[in-house]
Amino acid sequence: MAEKIIFYILAVLMAVFSVMAVTSKRIIRSATYLLFVLLGTAGLYLLLNYNYLFAVQIAVYAGGIMVLFIMAILLTNKPGEKVRTELPVRRAIAGVTAFAGLAFCAHVIYYNINRVSELVTQSEITPQFLGHTMMGTDKYQYLLPFETISILLLACIVGAIMIARKR
Amino acid sequence: MILNYAQPLEVSNLTSWLDTFLRSGLPNFWVLFIEFVLVGALLLAAYAIIALILIYAERKITAFFQARFGPNRVGKWGLLQSVADMIKILLKEIIRINRSDRFLFFAAPFFMIVASVLTFGAIAFGKGLHAIDFNVGVLYVSAVSSLGIIGVLLAGWSSNNKYAMIGAMRSGAQFVSYELSAGFALMTIVVLSGTMQFSEMIEKQQYCWNIFNGHISSMVAFVIYLISGHAETNRGPFDLPEAESELTAGYHTEYSGLQFGFYYLAEYLNMFIIASIATVVFLGGYLPIQVHGWDGFNQAMNYIPTYVWFFGKTGVLIFLSLWVRWSFPRLRIDQLLNLEWKYLLPINLVNILIMVILVMTGLTLTDLFPGLF
Repeated sequence: MAEKIIFYILAVLMAVFSVMAVTSKRIIRSATYLLFVLLGTAGLYLLLNYNYLFAVQIAVYAGGIMVLFIMAILLTNKPGEKVRTELPVRRAIAGVTAFAGLAFCAHVIYYNINRVSELVTQSEITPQFLGHTMMGTDKYQYLLPFETISILLLACIVGAIMIARKR
Repeated sequence: MILNYAQPLEVSNLTSWLDTFLRSGLPNFWVLFIEFVLVGALLLAAYAIIALILIYAERKITAFFQARFGPNRVGKWGLLQSVADMIKILLKEIIRINRSDRFLFFAAPFFMIVASVLTFGAIAFGKGLHAIDFNVGVLYVSAVSSLGIIGVLLAGWSSNNKYAMIGAMRSGAQFVSYELSAGFALMTIVVLSGTMQFSEMIEKQQYCWNIFNGHISSMVAFVIYLISGHAETNRGPFDLPEAESELTAGYHTEYSGLQFGFYYLAEYLNMFIIASIATVVFLGGYLPIQVHGWDGFNQAMNYIPTYVWFFGKTGVLIFLSLWVRWSFPRLRIDQLLNLEWKYLLPINLVNILIMVILVMTGLTLTDLFPGLF
């Protein structure tokens, strides 16, 4: 009962703020609305008892990426100015693209909900279990993808330094 | 075991009595509801009261460092000064700034205070006085405390004021850098204690606090945590974001009344939070000093309630922070970033490695002297 009420509150908040994020004319406000959506997602994880994912969602998205977004927006030209409305042709194209995206997502969600008719409740995942899953080489353990991603990130950092370097 | 000793003054006696009393007469849903509301209200009240006490303590201690008297007119020894200040700040007008982004301007202080309160909830004040206890507690604390920086950045931007903007950018850079060090210092201790849950972490420190258990590595991590925690709260030698002589007041220049009060409260409580997380992680949290085999001594120590131990240890760390604040001159921005990226971070990374080696080879104090600690 209480869970349902909380879920609906979160769902309404997330829906409203995600619409506001794309309709707002000021880019810095859009970023703030997006932050509320991300926090709502974190709330959903907490509702599902995924404590780890909840903490990571806040640390990575709210604490990391949003700070990056806001810093980047502050460095752009006049972030507080209203964006002017685009030409009708471009609006139509954007509308069609958005509708196609919505239809695609709706299809995927509908298809998967039909397949998995009931949610399997999981016991709480401990950090120890997560660590072993990340760092193990057995079946259903992910050391290789983990290391691949870390090499990718390292390459990104080195590349960024190369680009930003003064000659 | 700690449970074998009589602990007559514990709050947990009262809370468990209240719980059984509520459960005897009400359905489960309402019991939980009432308890949640009570816990929330108590946390908020504690938040405000601790802030008032801290403000008074800071002003008094600062005064003694500078050979002044400090507040001494309102009440005996100026004890009611911070209450008077609170009433004044509540009555002040909230000023609206021309050509500023209203929504963001009003939303920004809430980010700050919400982040601070969320972190505040994860502190174990004493036995049975622990509201939020996830199995990823350490991660939770570092995650929610990073929300505050968004409040600072938005405040700086929406104030439509260049001083506020510069202050916010400085604060952002400082917070993001030092958060890294604080996180790594905590991770060092996670390696040592093998858990991220604060309650388990405290229980494991009954005879040997983490700061002694991992000797070299723990000491280094403790010092790094205190430095970076101090820097995260924009205080002391690291108060560049609000350097009065250059930036008037930094990111909260344009705020007045209660909104300024939010920033002020959050600053003081963040100091408290840093000190109490350090207490929980390094100094055994609310546990009294215990020695293996000294039963009489342990019994005597246990008569002192756990919350007294907690506030005592935290108080010592807060005093340390004030001492640093009024003893060192302010750093320049390049010195500040150098300190973090060229010294603290490399030391920290090596330190984690050393801690892993200590734990793997069994060189921690509990492994070396199993009977003693």
